[in-house]
Amino acid sequence: MVSARKAEKKRRGHSRLKTNKDLFLAFFRVGLLGFGGGPAAIPLFHREAVTNYKWMTEDEFGDTLALGNTMPGPIATKMAGYIGYRVNGMVGCLIALAASVIPTVVMMIVLLGVLQKYKDLEWVNSMSAAVVPVVGVMLAVMTWDFFQKSGKSLGIGRAILFTAIAIVLLELLNIHPAIVILGVLILSLTTFKKGVGSK
Amino acid sequence: MIYWSIFLAFFIPGILGYGGGPASIPLVEKEVVDRYGWMTTQEFGEVLALGNALPGPIATKMAGYIGYMEGGILGSIVALFASVAPSLILMVLLMVTLLKYKDSPKVKNITKLVRPVIAVLLGAMTLQFFMTSVDTSGTVQTVILIIVSYWLLEIRKIHPAFVILLALAYGAISGIV
Repeated sequence: MVSARKAEKKRRGHSRLKTNKDLFLAFFRVGLLGFGGGPAAIPLFHREAVTNYKWMTEDEFGDTLALGNTMPGPIATKMAGYIGYRVNGMVGCLIALAASVIPTVVMMIVLLGVLQKYKDLEWVNSMSAAVVPVVGVMLAVMTWDFFQKSGKSLGIGRAILFTAIAIVLLELLNIHPAIVILGVLILSLTTFKKGVGSK
Repeated sequence: MIYWSIFLAFFIPGILGYGGGPASIPLVEKEVVDRYGWMTTQEFGEVLALGNALPGPIATKMAGYIGYMEGGILGSIVALFASVAPSLILMVLLMVTLLKYKDSPKVKNITKLVRPVIAVLLGAMTLQFFMTSVDTSGTVQTVILIIVSYWLLEIRKIHPAFVILLALAYGAISGIV
């Protein structure tokens, strides 16, 4: 553990540049592969930040996503900006934002000029349409992961109960996610004295 | 001054749009078409359609493009800043506060209790994506794509980037729309 930390310190000097490069590449990939707007890119963010670069744990990612959902504004840039900030402060934040936003905006400006002359966008639309079910599969896998983790930390009975409550509130009563998550925040900060379930 | 108008036009949807970029698109339309008259509804629809066909977050693509049309590169930067900065700053501040107390059992509870909610939100999004796909590409194509992409992603463990590129190629060749 100690030697690992020493190695980390030694590495830190010349690894800044590499970190910045990693941040740029990670969010550049997310930006270019995320078809269907920011929310569709959430599995891709997860892949880069948790699986690939291990910038945050599964739990931290879940918390970030939850908090991101309680706040207004585009989710992709909130995630990119915050993860970038966590990894390398303001510089990291700006790099992550630039990587996820600028390439696609430039593409949009350039392509709109060209493509508006040829209004027939059928093959472009077909390309995007084929990606939609793939994103669906990635989201389904993440859904299952979150549910399983829930079962582990809360106990399977309580996990099912809380999931059922969440389904009723979000899907049947159509209460806004921001309000539900805010409710959970307030509930966990005020009512429970000790931890819930096992660690 | 045009830059101030651009700032307001994207700042307001940015702080009112809950549920990510796609949720704020109607708000952007209200500002751009109704209030400032920079585009007609028809034009806005065309830009949106192309934006949806391209990768990347939709809110910033719309902001960047419309900002550029109205105020050049500086307009594009102003629009992007207005739609991104306010919510991001709020997010960073709140997360930093939360992380400070991350060892308190109460904050740990947040992680545990919020998980089922996130699972449900993701589950709902999953359904939405599958249903959109059935609408645009038909049931048969959707089922084929789901099975093949599940096999590639989860059983063969192929990187999502390649799976997405394969899907793009398949879409372009087969013309499923």
